[in-house]
Amino acid sequence: MSKSLKKILVSLLVGATVLTLAGCGSSGTTTSTTETTKTAISGEINGGGSTSVQKVIDAAGSEFTALNPDVKFTYSGTGSSDGIKGATAGTYSFGCASRDLKTEEKGSLTELIFAYDGIAVVLNPANTVKNLTTEQVGKIYMGEITNWSEVGGADAPIVVVSREDGSGTRGAFEELVKFEEKLKPDATIKEGNGNVQTTVAGNANAIGYVSLTFVDKTVAAIDIDGVKATVDNVKNKTYKISRPFLAVYDKAKVDDATLAFLDFLMTTEGQAIVEEHGGIAV
Amino acid sequence: MQAIKRKKQKEKIIEGFFLICAFVAVVSVLAITVFVFYNGLKPFVSNSYPLWDFLTGVEWRPGSNMYGIFYMIVGSIFATFGAILIGVPVAILTAVYISELAGSRIGKIIRFAVELLAGIPSVLYGVFGLGIIVPYVLKISPNAQGESLLATIMVLAIMILPTVVSISETSISVVPKEYREGSYALGASKIQTIFKVVLPAARSGIMTGVILGIGRAIGETMAVMLVCGNPIAGIPTSLFDQIRPLTTNIALEMGYASGVHQELLYSTGVVLFIFIMIINLAVNKLVKAKVGS
Repeated sequence: MSKSLKKILVSLLVGATVLTLAGCGSSGTTTSTTETTKTAISGEINGGGSTSVQKVIDAAGSEFTALNPDVKFTYSGTGSSDGIKGATAGTYSFGCASRDLKTEEKGSLTELIFAYDGIAVVLNPANTVKNLTTEQVGKIYMGEITNWSEVGGADAPIVVVSREDGSGTRGAFEELVKFEEKLKPDATIKEGNGNVQTTVAGNANAIGYVSLTFVDKTVAAIDIDGVKATVDNVKNKTYKISRPFLAVYDKAKVDDATLAFLDFLMTTEGQAIVEEHGGIAV
Repeated sequence: MQAIKRKKQKEKIIEGFFLICAFVAVVSVLAITVFVFYNGLKPFVSNSYPLWDFLTGVEWRPGSNMYGIFYMIVGSIFATFGAILIGVPVAILTAVYISELAGSRIGKIIRFAVELLAGIPSVLYGVFGLGIIVPYVLKISPNAQGESLLATIMVLAIMILPTVVSISETSISVVPKEYREGSYALGASKIQTIFKVVLPAARSGIMTGVILGIGRAIGETMAVMLVCGNPIAGIPTSLFDQIRPLTTNIALEMGYASGVHQELLYSTGVVLFIFIMIINLAVNKLVKAKVGS
């Protein structure tokens, strides 16, 4: 009795699965793009990677799931390299990076730039220095300039605060300010944008850098080459220290839900979310 | 007859269950050891990075293929030594006070506070260190930043208190009453008795506590990461210099690393592992010595 019941159940389940799969296949191949957006998207999207993009991706994710209630969306902020690794291995449906990919990382990944970000150079609000050139910032980080008086400030030693090796923000900053791998040996290293900001806020002579989306009132973002660190200035490309936000995925493994989400990210609506969270629309 | 047989069977089943539980620990420790050593020794076996340079180098610049951890080993040892130097006397005197001198009420309050200290998550020690100790060190430091060996030592000294206090207290309280009575009978004062009789008698237990405290200090990560400064190079030469202990090196960069960089972070783990193993062996030897005497 119970055995036959089981058999019936199993065959029903198998049948249902086959039907669903067939349904997916046909809708995918025959309908045009306008119709796909109308058909309900379902599935699980699990992204991960750069912590700098987390605010943007989380907001876009919740908007996307509001539009498509059958989608389950998660994003774990674990760092750019992890995002790329996860996307390559297939543990993430898509990965996010806040820096360009290294050649060894590219592999079979498809890249999509969905936003730009500026990196703000931050000082303690008590510091009288309000403007530095890109070159001066580089020299400070390399240890060639060690006193604030050399750049028009008070006679006090400069405390250089940087990020941990491998951080997307650090990679982008070193590349953009052109002191790659030349960070002065005694720089204080802090993990994450928040810790850098806390450190700079707590030390009158500190200099640090954080994602423009992170700057709050506890620190002062200074002008670079006379250009204010604002979203507008990153967009019109006058502010020099800016970088791309990338989504990466493996074309062979990616599912429809993920693709639909990335499409959504590029729509005016998605780009509005990017801007709302301090990112710069493409 | 039947009942006895059934009882025996039940006993066997329960015994088996215990064995399985015990195996979880054994399997875990084996798995972790094999995993860390396999990954950590790979770069030296495959010659992608020379072991000598790794152990003696004083600069950590993964982007330039420079992976030296000597300054981290020194930093870890200095921080641990400093924490022991400050923390252990405080902890032993606390234990003596609780078990020998304090009235039962005050003793209870102090013991409760120490137990509470043990339960505080380590990241909160770090936040406390960053918010209170680091700015204070900055005020007295000749350097421009407060993140330093000294700040690390202070945080660690507080963190090892619960371990050393509770183990010392236990070993002091098992010193037979006759020892004290004998001492008093000879005309010794309470303090003389404590330092000349009780503490020497509890010596091996206290040493075990100290060594476990060393283990705690050398293995601590989260709290230390916030207050040590984590520089990419430089052997500390003063209390106000920044340090990068072995543990924070792994925690800072593991999330981002790939390739040889990642493998060498495992190697850092191997070095740490060897330190901890030496400490554990020392504990075992001490415990054995105690049983023997």
